[in-house]
Amino acid sequence: MAWIFIEEVSGAPAVVGLEILSKTRTEGATTVLYFGKGSDAAFATLGEFGATDVFHLVPSDGSTGTAAAAAAISDLVAQHQPDAILFGQTYTDRDVAGRLSTRLDRTMISNGIDVSLDGSVGVTTEIFGGSQLVTTMFEGPGPHLVLIRPKSFPAESAGGGAPTVTTVPMPDAGHAGSARVTGSFVEKTEGPKLEEAAVIVAGGRGLGSVEGFELVERLAAPLKAATGATRAIVDAGWVPYSKQVGQTGKTVKPDVYIACGLSGAMQHLVGMKDSKMIIAINKDEEAPIFAVADLGIVGDVHQVLPKLIEALENR
Amino acid sequence: MKIAVCVKQIPDPASPYQLDPATYNLVRPTEQVLDDTDRYGVEVGLQIAGETEGTVTLVSMGPSGNLNGIRQALAMGADGAILIDDEALKGSDSLTTAKILAAAMAPESFDIVIAGTESTDGYSGVVPQQIAELLGVPALTYAKKIDVEGSTVRINRQTATGYDTIEAPTPVLVSVTAGVVEPRYPTFKGIMDAKKKPVETKTAADLGITVTVNQRIALVVPAPSRSGGQVVIDDGTGHEKIIAMLEQAKVI
Repeated sequence: MAWIFIEEVSGAPAVVGLEILSKTRTEGATTVLYFGKGSDAAFATLGEFGATDVFHLVPSDGSTGTAAAAAAISDLVAQHQPDAILFGQTYTDRDVAGRLSTRLDRTMISNGIDVSLDGSVGVTTEIFGGSQLVTTMFEGPGPHLVLIRPKSFPAESAGGGAPTVTTVPMPDAGHAGSARVTGSFVEKTEGPKLEEAAVIVAGGRGLGSVEGFELVERLAAPLKAATGATRAIVDAGWVPYSKQVGQTGKTVKPDVYIACGLSGAMQHLVGMKDSKMIIAINKDEEAPIFAVADLGIVGDVHQVLPKLIEALENR
Repeated sequence: MKIAVCVKQIPDPASPYQLDPATYNLVRPTEQVLDDTDRYGVEVGLQIAGETEGTVTLVSMGPSGNLNGIRQALAMGADGAILIDDEALKGSDSLTTAKILAAAMAPESFDIVIAGTESTDGYSGVVPQQIAELLGVPALTYAKKIDVEGSTVRINRQTATGYDTIEAPTPVLVSVTAGVVEPRYPTFKGIMDAKKKPVETKTAADLGITVTVNQRIALVVPAPSRSGGQVVIDDGTGHEKIIAMLEQAKVI
């Protein structure tokens, strides 16, 4: 028996949670720990994706609720003894899972891209930019705690009906639970979202400067593409973190990924190497990005991109 | 304020990483570097210490090697370091790492514990939260901006769609994202001073921690590789080849 922890994001179940549920329901794991305000619509979505039972954890007003959620889940574990609890590799899930692991004194495995729940619990992770796959088996008593990277499984509706919802009391976590939310801000983004775009144009240090990133934006426009970035240029402040693709950023799998002036460091490749088609432009012939590219152009982005943009704009 | 910053020495990410074929542990050379992510945490610690006449203590677990990475952080201005170096800790999971770091910090009663959101080499991404639970303190995670006012710490917490403003009273743990501040470069004086700063070395047994292993690597295999693509030198017509590919993918 495994449980799936799903956070509420903008009033609906987080997509990564529905991805995990789509996978685990085929192995009979259909119990969800739902963290958020909750609504009939949210529960209906959980049911549609295969949830039959929902433990509903509601953060108290103004509290981040993560410490209390970990305490509440550890009480549920004592009552029901699940074999495994699966989380998404996301901000809030990490906050709850880390605390839960400490409370239960259980090891955890992060960055899973696949999980087997059949008998002993095993997790597949990628290392070295996704060039090697590691299978790790849990030993000792459960529950085994796993964090799964977004986009590891497709989210597919199962056409299920409304689940049984049980509201779970949230214990007082004392000083550990004293973090309070005082405001919430949504950053305006233009164009398609990185996680959903069919085409992504991404840039790295090879663009030379923050002005160089305009080439990426101009190429993205006629392709209706989202724009992405390496960690190097996010840290340099050229573009916001929300555009970062890779190990510490987003995982993307578009139809086409156009890599402009980025070398393909391990930490970047792991976030985009499963794109259906990869096109790379880089002046360094030895750049690792060419090893995963379907088409590699060894050249200067400042020469190639303006011609490409002009040709596309004139079509 | 008495501040601890969790830092990690890692193999240089610019060189290829290797696994020990017998243990599947990452090979850690004598010469390691400070995880780049940690420069942000050190800078945040130094700024808060500067405003509050405080101190910054580095806390680190791992093979000391030649201490190059720790010295980098000391050269930025940290006052001293506690290093837990123990053969028995090789290949430790995130919880063991957190237990060690928390046990090393607990007797010091730090007001603020700062950590990166994840290391560059292991990137489990949960050690800060595990430490917070072990120390019984609130966690302000994924900070993009930090302010300290009296005994209240406020941050802008990165979210999937923007940020939340959150706050908690000290003692508190803060995990910081890269880019939160502009890390300073060590000065020549800083580099010279770093050689004389105290680095206290401990073992797991010193901290009363018994290492348990509850996961086992069963298999490491090469990932299915992408079929080899075409790499061409741009002769002025590179853009035409790209357009042909985009047509093939039916996105134009």
